[in-house]
Amino acid sequence: MTTVDHKKIGIMYSVTAFIFFIIGGVEALMLRVQLGTPDSTFLSAEAYNQIFTMHGTTMIFLVVMPLSAGLANYLLPLMVGARDVAFPRLNAFGFWVFLAGGLFMYSSFFLGGAPNGGWFGYAPLSRLTPGHNMDYWVFGLQILGIASLTGAINLIVTVINLRAPGMTLFRMPIFVWMSLVAQFLLLFALPVITVALFLLMFDRQFGANFFNAQAGADPLLWQHLFWLFGHPEVYILILPAMGVVSEILPVFSRKPLFGYQVMVISGIAIGFIGWGVWAHHMFATGIGPVATSAFSASTMFIAVPTGVKIFNWLSTMWKGKIRATSPMLFAVGFVTMFTIGGLSGVTHAIVPHDTQQTDTYYIVAHFHYVLFGGSIFGLFGGIYYWWPKFTGKLLSETLGKWQFWLMLAGFNLTFGPFHILGLQGMPRRVYTYPDGMGWNFWNMAATVGSFMIALAVLVFMVNVWKARKSPLVPEDPWDSRTLEWSIPSPPPEYNFAKIPVVTARDDWWHQKYEEDENGRAVRRKEMAPDVVALLGRRSSAVAVADGPPPPGGEGAGDEATTGTGSGEGDDTGDHTGDHTGDHTEHIHMPSPSYWPLVSSLGLPVLSYGLIYQYLPVSVLGGLWILGSLYAWALEPSTAPEEPEPELSSSTELAPVSQGTD
Amino acid sequence: MAAPTKTEEHGAAHGDAGGANHPPSTTGLSNEKVAMWAFLGSECLLFGALISVYLLYKGQDPEGAITPHDVYDIPFTSVSTFVLLMSSLTMVLALAAIQRGEHRRCRVWLLTTAALGATFVGGQAYEFTVFIQEGVTLSSSLFGSSFYALTGFHGVHVTLGVLMLLSLYSLSMKGKLPKERAESVELVGLYWHFVDIVWIVLFTLVYLIK
Repeated sequence: MTTVDHKKIGIMYSVTAFIFFIIGGVEALMLRVQLGTPDSTFLSAEAYNQIFTMHGTTMIFLVVMPLSAGLANYLLPLMVGARDVAFPRLNAFGFWVFLAGGLFMYSSFFLGGAPNGGWFGYAPLSRLTPGHNMDYWVFGLQILGIASLTGAINLIVTVINLRAPGMTLFRMPIFVWMSLVAQFLLLFALPVITVALFLLMFDRQFGANFFNAQAGADPLLWQHLFWLFGHPEVYILILPAMGVVSEILPVFSRKPLFGYQVMVISGIAIGFIGWGVWAHHMFATGIGPVATSAFSASTMFIAVPTGVKIFNWLSTMWKGKIRATSPMLFAVGFVTMFTIGGLSGVTHAIVPHDTQQTDTYYIVAHFHYVLFGGSIFGLFGGIYYWWPKFTGKLLSETLGKWQFWLMLAGFNLTFGPFHILGLQGMPRRVYTYPDGMGWNFWNMAATVGSFMIALAVLVFMVNVWKARKSPLVPEDPWDSRTLEWSIPSPPPEYNFAKIPVVTARDDWWHQKYEEDENGRAVRRKEMAPDVVALLGRRSSAVAVADGPPPPGGEGAGDEATTGTGSGEGDDTGDHTGDHTGDHTEHIHMPSPSYWPLVSSLGLPVLSYGLIYQYLPVSVLGGLWILGSLYAWALEPSTAPEEPEPELSSSTELAPVSQGTD
Repeated sequence: MAAPTKTEEHGAAHGDAGGANHPPSTTGLSNEKVAMWAFLGSECLLFGALISVYLLYKGQDPEGAITPHDVYDIPFTSVSTFVLLMSSLTMVLALAAIQRGEHRRCRVWLLTTAALGATFVGGQAYEFTVFIQEGVTLSSSLFGSSFYALTGFHGVHVTLGVLMLLSLYSLSMKGKLPKERAESVELVGLYWHFVDIVWIVLFTLVYLIK
């Protein structure tokens, strides 16, 4: 509850996101059961509205974003060779705010009904919906936005400021790059939806006129603001998955990533162009021929860097020695499914086509191919790939392959027919349809497919359950390329006993391999002593290395200091004797703190107060937040800071002596 | 390096040579400063969106509605703008003072900055009251909604800045703001200058341009 370790927080993010994934999946199954047969009465129209709104909101804000955030949290410091993130307590705060926001939004189910205006919450409609349903959506997203913003600032500073010596920008692993771009997108996109949500809140709570058409308000204002956030958001969701895949493909093709620099630049280009295409969500709203042409062109243009990436992935695999492991399968699944989704995306850039297909199941097919076939496949690949780093154990390959093939088949059976249904004119967001439209067969097929996906997820859960008892594996089981594989699994709290010095891209690979005269990679005969020690060492040592540093201010400091002092030379931190390391590098890990958790709880309190317009509760929530931020800032283990949350957690990494010197 | 002053005991407890509280970072900037710049970048988009909404709705009210220039008191707002701009100057003086280790002077300038900021917010509150009496409210018209949202957001930012300044002041009184932590003042200063700059834009766009 009080941890500030970025690895634990990363795991907490991922586990929470997975639980929400199950919830969102169950919602999807309910939708599919409803739509499996014509004139179904499984769900009422109102229930359908709530469930499809929550399905979309959950999958985007409570699953894909936090799952990416979890991976980034865990891996970014390891990949750039840092001890921790820049602001450990802010990191914990971000997680707790995310959890509070998710629970807050789901509490609406028990307090009068869940949000029912779609994940896009189009105003003026969402301005007028009665009840508090949409209020929960507005406030819930605001809370989640705070979590994402703090996370984005933290990770950006970590990558910019805490890279190991020699880790230049163009030596950073591609996952770090893609996450960095995604965090920058978050940083700049979130304020836009924050404004939109605030305006909607003013309208709903205080009778403002931003979306009040009777007062002359522009009915498209919401869509502009929302999609100016919403389109970069699409890339926030997909870029980390692209990064994951770009890590997996080289490792299992036994080749370096093809066109690393082009990959980086195309990622940045996607980040920039992603801002110029928002109105392609609005072709059908009558924004005029000039605007539609411009946005049509820019949308086709963004397919260029995306296509570059796809060809680079293919070239990475080309003539590689491919090992068809589960992570590799998911990565290849990502590339193929994402390509299909990308192609249907290009068809949407064509305005006449889009005006036909928008708001039909064709678009539902498109974004599920990129978000599920893309993000979720990529992230599952990442989970399989990094599982041994997280736990020291491998997930079962057999079950992994079962999951992959079931998921691939189920996915295509579900969302493939959506293309056909869309072309046949079946509209989205309707809770039922009459018999005799010719939609029955493909709807049934999609429903069957959705249960296959559910089965695949069950296989994954079984796999995780069974992996508890599997034996420990070496810290580098895949023979990978990046820094995180050079330390024990799971990594000790301080990550690197000695901060690595990076001399090349894929530095870890180059420490293990050199090229022979034919340009083939061969194991180095003369490896650095610490590399030899590590490669020879089995993970039985892991438990020991993981043991020492207990969470706790002085204790952690003492332990870590002894650890470095005695064991730096052999890079394990658990042996004694060997005093080859210098003694300048004292490791002081931040002490745990309750305040991130406590302060995060003030936000839902404030929101409940505002929703029900009960002033004392709002005031209590506000004072709660302010008070706990002050307590946090003045917490004795660190130096005092300003009350502003972005500032209040100081760098606890400071190599200052706290009594042990 | 750490010259002994009467607020030095805290600094000494943390005192490694040179007083830097950070391990060497890749960029040479502290984490806090990079974070502050990132945060301010994000804030640009926040105000950018609000300004866009204001400009979109400017002059869109139906016939007969109260227009912005019916209610503005330009001389009054000019004075409070001047007050806010002066506070940027005193903020710089506060930073310069703490960097020289002059803690008492730093406190004076911090307090002056906070007072100027509070004066500005007070002026805004007065202005809002007058406008509401003249019939411009959050729900009266498009102009009302977008005006209060835009300037209100800025007012909240100034208020938060005043809170930060007062926190710095109380830290300094307790001797917890040694010269080595001058960067705390610098960071609040960055925020403060940003809020000032935003106001220059807002004052021009909202009040001056017809």
